[in-house]
Amino acid sequence: MNSIFIVAWKEFRDDFRNRWTVALTVLFALLALGIAWFGSAAAGRVGFTSFDATLASLTTLGAFVIPLIGLLIAYDTIVGERDDGTLLLMLSYPLARGQLVAGKFLGHCGALAAATLAGFGLAVAIMQLMQPPAQTLQAWLHIGRFILSASLLGACFVGMACLISVQTADKSRAAGLALIGWLASVVLFDLALLALLVVSGGNPVERAVYPYLLLLNPVDVFRLVNLTALGDGAGNDLLTGMTAHHTYSPALLCLVLLGWAVAPFAWAMLAFRRKEI
Amino acid sequence: MNPAIEFEALAKRYGMLAALDGVSACVPRGQVIGLLGHNGAGKSTLIKLILGLIAPSGGRLDVLGQSPWRAHALRRRIGYLPESATFYANLSGRELLDYLARLKQAPRAQAQALLERVGLAHAADRRIGTYSKGMRQRLGLAQALLGSPELVLLDEPTTGLDPQATRELYRIVGELRADGRCVLVSSHLLAELEPHIDGALILRQGKLLAAGSLAALGEQAALPAHMLLRPHENAGAELMTQLAARGLAAQSRPDGRLELQVPREAKLRTLRELLANPAIADLDVREPTLAQLYDWLGAGPHPAAEARA
Repeated sequence: MNSIFIVAWKEFRDDFRNRWTVALTVLFALLALGIAWFGSAAAGRVGFTSFDATLASLTTLGAFVIPLIGLLIAYDTIVGERDDGTLLLMLSYPLARGQLVAGKFLGHCGALAAATLAGFGLAVAIMQLMQPPAQTLQAWLHIGRFILSASLLGACFVGMACLISVQTADKSRAAGLALIGWLASVVLFDLALLALLVVSGGNPVERAVYPYLLLLNPVDVFRLVNLTALGDGAGNDLLTGMTAHHTYSPALLCLVLLGWAVAPFAWAMLAFRRKEI
Repeated sequence: MNPAIEFEALAKRYGMLAALDGVSACVPRGQVIGLLGHNGAGKSTLIKLILGLIAPSGGRLDVLGQSPWRAHALRRRIGYLPESATFYANLSGRELLDYLARLKQAPRAQAQALLERVGLAHAADRRIGTYSKGMRQRLGLAQALLGSPELVLLDEPTTGLDPQATRELYRIVGELRADGRCVLVSSHLLAELEPHIDGALILRQGKLLAAGSLAALGEQAALPAHMLLRPHENAGAELMTQLAARGLAAQSRPDGRLELQVPREAKLRTLRELLANPAIADLDVREPTLAQLYDWLGAGPHPAAEARA
């Protein structure tokens, strides 16, 4: 167990040292403030508007950006060490292969969670400061849920990145697979669902199955966690409209997201144990 | 005390390819053993098996008295220097050793002591990315010694080292031997390795060609000794006929010296006779080298051993 934390701490510090953590913090803070300030520019206004609307826009944007970052931060975590020749060295130390993958996973997840908390936290603190009406317990709960679910979403894709990293033979292939994975989960999956919806015309079977199909993609689960909590009228009518017949319990959604964070990582651990070095 | 490494009929197959094909040997503690063979001979496979990174396909392997496959705790007692190690370029030497010392549960103070021992104390706080090849090898040696391992595996430790650094490395290897530890050194540079090892394991295409102390291997091969004779002025031709009369075919060299190949069993007798011969001004005896032994065994990439046998 101890070895896992030693590796995790090293990866966490590496991400910090390579400016990943700082860059992400700044990116998240700027995104949040930008959306908060210019989010209603289309309506001809500039300035802070509804806190909920800001959060809804952040959710949509986060669903695009966070998976990409999760994949980028960790896609080379094992295959990169193989390319550099340090993998054999690490494995010659008294730690199990699973411990190495677990440590790397936890370290990158920690770095991503820290950046999420720092970046969005900073932005929210500024927003709250400049917009006293938004200083409600409700708002803090929403933002707390957002940061937690964003960190979990990050963990899902760090786990997938670990899996890609374990299974590929070189770094460039891993990078390509990571990009394909991002495209598939963020763009293609939703397009396929929409196509299904249009083609089937909403027959009863499809209506019954559809809500569960959304759970097959962590990105959609992340959207559901945040948007169903915000309710209607926060600029998220499309998604809530699609799922109006079905209410997801927040506990179920969080459980599914957690499952999505653990499953690829567990697969990566198992695959790495069986790998011929 | 059990031997450092012991294996019997050890085999490792990758699909159809046999990387190691039924090798048996025993490596005692307190010795420096050379692991020799060309690329693809099975050296890396053997090292990975000893480290417990891959599972044997057959046979038995004991390292420090236990089977190494997935024995994580055993690796605390083994040090390993990978071939042309790069390490983490963004860490400093000190940070790397601190990290690895924690993983190996070695005392933290040891990292500093080892940096001084390999002569890197002055560069301890520089990024490894700025190190020269030789400095990286020395850092690699330092990490291999973390936790005072009983068995040290060095994979091509001197590639890219200058002669001074190579001497330093073998000085440390000598200290390890004096300390009773077992050191397994794989290398291509036979002439450089020879004075520093007690015995050798010679592999070719997954088979063990020879194993044992250098003296025993020399006996077994019975390679002739070379002698170089410098005759007094104008005595060369006469000496040559004298030698021919004793059945020794001498060859004349461009520098005027005569070269003789003397069978092992006749060496001392011939030497006594030559010392008594007034025509000889100087004499030089060359024992068969590790490289000659290696060639004789046919350890090279060409399957010449069968042809000679």
